Amino acid sequence: MSELTEDSVRAEVRAWLEANWNPELGLVEWRNKLADSGWGVPGWPKEWYGRDLPAGLVPVVDEEFARIGAIGVAKAGIRTLAAATILAHGTDLHKEKYLRRILTGEDTWCQLFSEPGSGSDVAGAVTRAEMKGNKWIVNGQKVWTTSAHHAHWGLLLARTDWDQTKHKGLSYFIIDMHQPGVNVQPLKQMNGHASFNQVFLTDAVVEPEFLVANVGDGWAVTTTTLMHERRGADGLRSWAMGSDRKGRAYDEERAEIATTMEPYKWYPQRAGRVDLILERAKETGHFEDPVVRQEIARLLVMSKAAEWTARRARAAAQQGKPQGPEGSLGKLVSSHVARAAARVHTQLSGADALLSGSDSPMNGVIAEILVSVPATSIAGGTDEIQRNIISERVLKMPKEPSIDTTKPFRDVPRNMVR
Amino acid sequence: MKFSFSGEQEEFRTSLRRFLGERSPTKEVRRLMETDAGFEPAAWRKLNTELGLTAVRIPEAYGGQGFGFGELGIVLEEMGRALLCAPFFSTAVLATSAILNAGTEDQKQALLPGIAAGDTIATLAWVEDPAHWDAAATRMTATQTGSTWKLDGHKSYVLDGHTADLIVVLARAAGTSGEAGLSLFTVKGDAQGLERRNLKVMDPTRKLARLDFKGVEATLLGEAGAAAAPFARTLVEAAVCLSNEMAGVSERLREDALAYAQMRMQFGRPIASFQSMKHKHADMLVDVELAKSAAYYAAAALDEGDEDIAAVASIAKAAASEAALQTAVHAIQIHGGIGFTWDNDTHLWFKRAKSSEVLLGDAHYHREQMMQHWAD
Repeated sequence: MSELTEDSVRAEVRAWLEANWNPELGLVEWRNKLADSGWGVPGWPKEWYGRDLPAGLVPVVDEEFARIGAIGVAKAGIRTLAAATILAHGTDLHKEKYLRRILTGEDTWCQLFSEPGSGSDVAGAVTRAEMKGNKWIVNGQKVWTTSAHHAHWGLLLARTDWDQTKHKGLSYFIIDMHQPGVNVQPLKQMNGHASFNQVFLTDAVVEPEFLVANVGDGWAVTTTTLMHERRGADGLRSWAMGSDRKGRAYDEERAEIATTMEPYKWYPQRAGRVDLILERAKETGHFEDPVVRQEIARLLVMSKAAEWTARRARAAAQQGKPQGPEGSLGKLVSSHVARAAARVHTQLSGADALLSGSDSPMNGVIAEILVSVPATSIAGGTDEIQRNIISERVLKMPKEPSIDTTKPFRDVPRNMVR
Repeated sequence: MKFSFSGEQEEFRTSLRRFLGERSPTKEVRRLMETDAGFEPAAWRKLNTELGLTAVRIPEAYGGQGFGFGELGIVLEEMGRALLCAPFFSTAVLATSAILNAGTEDQKQALLPGIAAGDTIATLAWVEDPAHWDAAATRMTATQTGSTWKLDGHKSYVLDGHTADLIVVLARAAGTSGEAGLSLFTVKGDAQGLERRNLKVMDPTRKLARLDFKGVEATLLGEAGAAAAPFARTLVEAAVCLSNEMAGVSERLREDALAYAQMRMQFGRPIASFQSMKHKHADMLVDVELAKSAAYYAAAALDEGDEDIAAVASIAKAAASEAALQTAVHAIQIHGGIGFTWDNDTHLWFKRAKSSEVLLGDAHYHREQMMQHWAD
């Protein structure tokens, strides 16, 4: 076998795309071709829809797809996390049953980890899975589940042994979301949107072969999923841009993007919309107000320094340097920026900050900022958890004492119910 | 924009850090800060010759090494970290920038090699009483008689003003105002009619002087009446340089406070194990890293001729001013009672953070400067 080089890979993928890419194909038909050829996920193993391409050469394939605007496999949403988790921990049956339909986009997935009683402390899950008559029977409540209302499958973390310690009593399942014991309800947020769901599990059934890894391995598998969630956070944005080209495959992809991105449409407001500040300052006449000017400038200084810090971290990564402290701060800094931006938007809007929807500035965008920013410092790890992580992992300060990890989980105190 | 350090730059930083750590232990800082000059000419000349520090950003044509603000920023950051007592900022930043920006080719040939070699200690005098950091408030007059110029008035807050061999002075033609009629001059430190008084300073590692001029003979630097633009450029460069120095000051304060928290036991456990302490340190890291990013970015922007450089420099100085002071305040607090004593070293960096916060304009001033760039 000849050795793979950037040039040889480029020539091969280019020839294959010339022979096969056709924007008039149906999206699923096209993606089945990608799965068959291995060009959709070239870094994956050959026996599972990939080509075993070294990670360093995968971008060459991406570049060739981008060059002619060829559509790739379905990437957005929880399905990517499901695929990574199944590849790492799943059986051949799991891979056979799920991977292809993940790549084609036919199946969507959701993640059933967080619970009302365990937010930052995901390993404190109390949803129970019990083996009864050769089936797993699941009871409990999950929350913050994006896209659960149209998901086919869920990644489920549940407690299977209450006499074990906290992390060792958990197991990981794939659960069919379309069954009588699964009740999905939208969760309305303080900004009026309902981007997430609550999922009530009442005697829901999981066949034994859809346990992932072994009983008691649930936390290790969850860690894999969460690791890919953090890594993938940046990918969503570029993908969500879609394409305005003509052709059946493009039309179908646009529809897929619209459905997947629907829950995220207020996310720009959540981040504070610093991009609107100067424009709003000028149109409200506050640009000349020396007090407001100071607040605007304070925000812009922070926002610019945050942007440059992210660039500094990327530049170091591109040079192959070990990650410095600057690479761990983005999440916490984005909370500071969002809060400062909400404060300045309030100052700029004056009494208009009392209003909402079409009566408020920019047809409700400003009002949506003010009631969405509080999510930034909570979602994906609260500021307090971020500070713990930074101080313990980056600054090597002593870890928080864990008083709940050595005794049987049934003896660990849980929420006080009055 | 190139925005990360090369292997050579990292090596330069490492060796400089080791060298300055050896030459500027706090015992030495404490000894020098008690002297009137604030440094020892012979020791400074020796250190400068070994490392070629004042030559770093001077072009090779004028006896320098021809590096950019990226390298100069590294030197300043390491000097801030070591709290080196030396007339470096006055000589290699303020005076050097003014001469490079305003001077004629002959003047650069005449003045810069002495600075690069470390033989000339120089400074820039522009602020008067009451203090304003921009040029427009200048009142000192320059009067031309034939080919000679005479300066009358005063300057204050002049960095190393009482020890400088060469003073670059901003003055204006009588009857002019604002940015019109401004010229830069060079004056010898021992010129007739120049009276220099060492000011009592809050930060004893940063010496300031008041200079009174009575008919002092001066040499025009560059073109008469055209100093506004080169002088403004000089202040932008100085703000970027000071921001880099402050990055070193801030990081040193943060690291020393962390080491103390890890060592200090109370209630039977290291105080670093208290979550209130961990969260404070995480916040300090955010402040310091953001300020470092802004300082590094601004230095790169200067080297690459970014047209928004004035705004970028003000962002860097505003971020550095707040980060340095906030970090210093936290550092004292983390040390507790011992941190408020003279014998503990924290106050040395606290005072440098404080003087740097104010020098060249504080965060409020630079936020306003930045906003003026985005007014249209």
